[in-house]
Amino acid sequence: MQDFLQHVINGLSLGSIYALIALGYTMVYGILQMINFAHSDVYMVGAFASYYAAKWLGIENQPGLMTLATLLVVSMLVCSLLGLTIERLAYRPLRKAPKLNILITAIGVSLFLEYTGQIVFGADPKVFPEVVNDMVLADFGRLQLKSSDITVLIVSLISMVALQFLIHRTKVGRAMRAVSQNAAVAAMLGVNTDRIIAFTFVVGSSLAGVGSVLVGMKYPKIEPLMGMMIGLKAFVAAVLGGIGNITGAVLGGLIMGLSEEMVVAYLSSTYRDALAFGLLILILLFRPAGLLGRYQMEKV
Amino acid sequence: MLKSLKAPVLSFLGFILIGVVLEFGFSAFIQITALFVLVNIILAMSLNLVNGTTGQFSLGHAGFMAVGAYVSAYSSQHWVPLPESLGFLNFIIYAVLAGLFAAFFGFLVGQPSLRLKGDYLAIVTLGFGEIIRVALLNMDFLGGARGIHAIPTLPEGWGLSRFMSQYLFGLFWTVTCFFVLWRIIHSSHGRALLSVREDEIAAEAMGVNTTSMKVRAFVIAAFFAGVAGAMSAHYVRYISPSSFGFLKSVDVVIMVVLGGMGSMTGAIFAAILVTLLPEVLRGLQDLTGVDLRMVIYSLALILVMILRPKGLFGEMELPDLWRRYVRRSS
Repeated sequence: MQDFLQHVINGLSLGSIYALIALGYTMVYGILQMINFAHSDVYMVGAFASYYAAKWLGIENQPGLMTLATLLVVSMLVCSLLGLTIERLAYRPLRKAPKLNILITAIGVSLFLEYTGQIVFGADPKVFPEVVNDMVLADFGRLQLKSSDITVLIVSLISMVALQFLIHRTKVGRAMRAVSQNAAVAAMLGVNTDRIIAFTFVVGSSLAGVGSVLVGMKYPKIEPLMGMMIGLKAFVAAVLGGIGNITGAVLGGLIMGLSEEMVVAYLSSTYRDALAFGLLILILLFRPAGLLGRYQMEKV
Repeated sequence: MLKSLKAPVLSFLGFILIGVVLEFGFSAFIQITALFVLVNIILAMSLNLVNGTTGQFSLGHAGFMAVGAYVSAYSSQHWVPLPESLGFLNFIIYAVLAGLFAAFFGFLVGQPSLRLKGDYLAIVTLGFGEIIRVALLNMDFLGGARGIHAIPTLPEGWGLSRFMSQYLFGLFWTVTCFFVLWRIIHSSHGRALLSVREDEIAAEAMGVNTTSMKVRAFVIAAFFAGVAGAMSAHYVRYISPSSFGFLKSVDVVIMVVLGGMGSMTGAIFAAILVTLLPEVLRGLQDLTGVDLRMVIYSLALILVMILRPKGLFGEMELPDLWRRYVRRSS
């Protein structure tokens, strides 16, 4: 039983990281109906940005709340700038192009970031600085509450609540919802759609930045291709919850994290990556709109 | 029957000349590159049937290639249907077997997933491709992560060197693939496939069974992907699951997109370009000291999408482009 609870805690903290990254996918999809393949590489760049920032500021060996806050801010800033640049240079010229072209451009941007990363950062893995003191907060025999897991849960909870507030309680959030429902009408009513889309990229990318620091804390090995698998899984999480739906992305992320942890714990770790795609295929076959998504009628 | 075989046989004989030139004038490195040009041409042409002509976006071509490669490699190690002197035909049989297996997988994958559209289809095919790869990783009788070593290659004999028989094997399949696909696209079936791309609802109203059409295109493409996998297995003589990852599928998609969706000669042209470009850029690597090839490659992809969204050839074939050029210059 205690083992099981331990797995639940691990799964939840993994799942909340997936959820953070899935939010970026789902927000961009909600507003532009495109899969932003480059999102996972924005997340990779965030991890490297905080790695170099910690080195440069000399705080790589001083774990604590201050370090956590600094790295989060740096990573969010760098990621949002990168997201903004990608949107401006690669996606905006293609706003009216067929969907397939946008998808291929997104894959191109993703490959570009990965290979540039391999040249700039080097292909060999690096060790992420220690962010919080690694200690056991509460010990119940075989059930341990680790500080890193608790930090992951708290930080992602705060970000998600902040996002909810942003989307449902502020003016720009209302504009975002309006654009995602109907961009043309929103533009007619005076919403600057281009600016709102850019803002969506900023928000989504900074969430990826938060995710990158949290992943670095939990699995302190970073490399230029680290975004690929986690990005795909986060995307699956977004589809699982119903892409375009914010609550759905969080739910999907948690389900992904929990089920992955259970598969590794009770089956075999080699099936870990197949699980994500198996889940995806099942959900798309039986409920293509995702758990919380709504079906849309196709009209002539 | 004989008349319809004229063009394929003639072009087969014509392209043998290139093989002869490569055989006597060029190094082994260029020869193996030429073989891979053939593999990539088949991959690009077959994916073009799905992504270009039928307008469905598949990102799992490497998965079918993997199935073909493993079937052909495994059967060539364990089963010799014809006597030694007919060794060449053995390999054709292995490749057909590989293609049939891959086509069967294509059917299994396509049947459920082709009900989806656009982005979702892309992700599901990507998922199936990855699942095939993970499944191969976990199959011990196929070598698991270590892959299969020492795969038999095409025999020398009948006065042919090893390269020549490999080249003939590849050329046989390339020509077959080209003419099969060309005639499908220009038949009434091809029209039905095109109509699925242009407007699915209108196609359905005209009595085209859209799902069945998509599955057919998918199965045919998977067959040739399997054949291409078999070819690469016998050329490199070593395969492992990691050679058929997501990036391989992306490679093929890039060829199709670069050539122009729906243009077969465009796909061929792009396949040649994409295979040769990294080799040509190798010189640049010596100059700068870092491997810039893939960066240039991905940048080129983005720029083509922004500046020339229909690809190099658009929907036109080489003869159309030629005719347009002649008309313009007169």
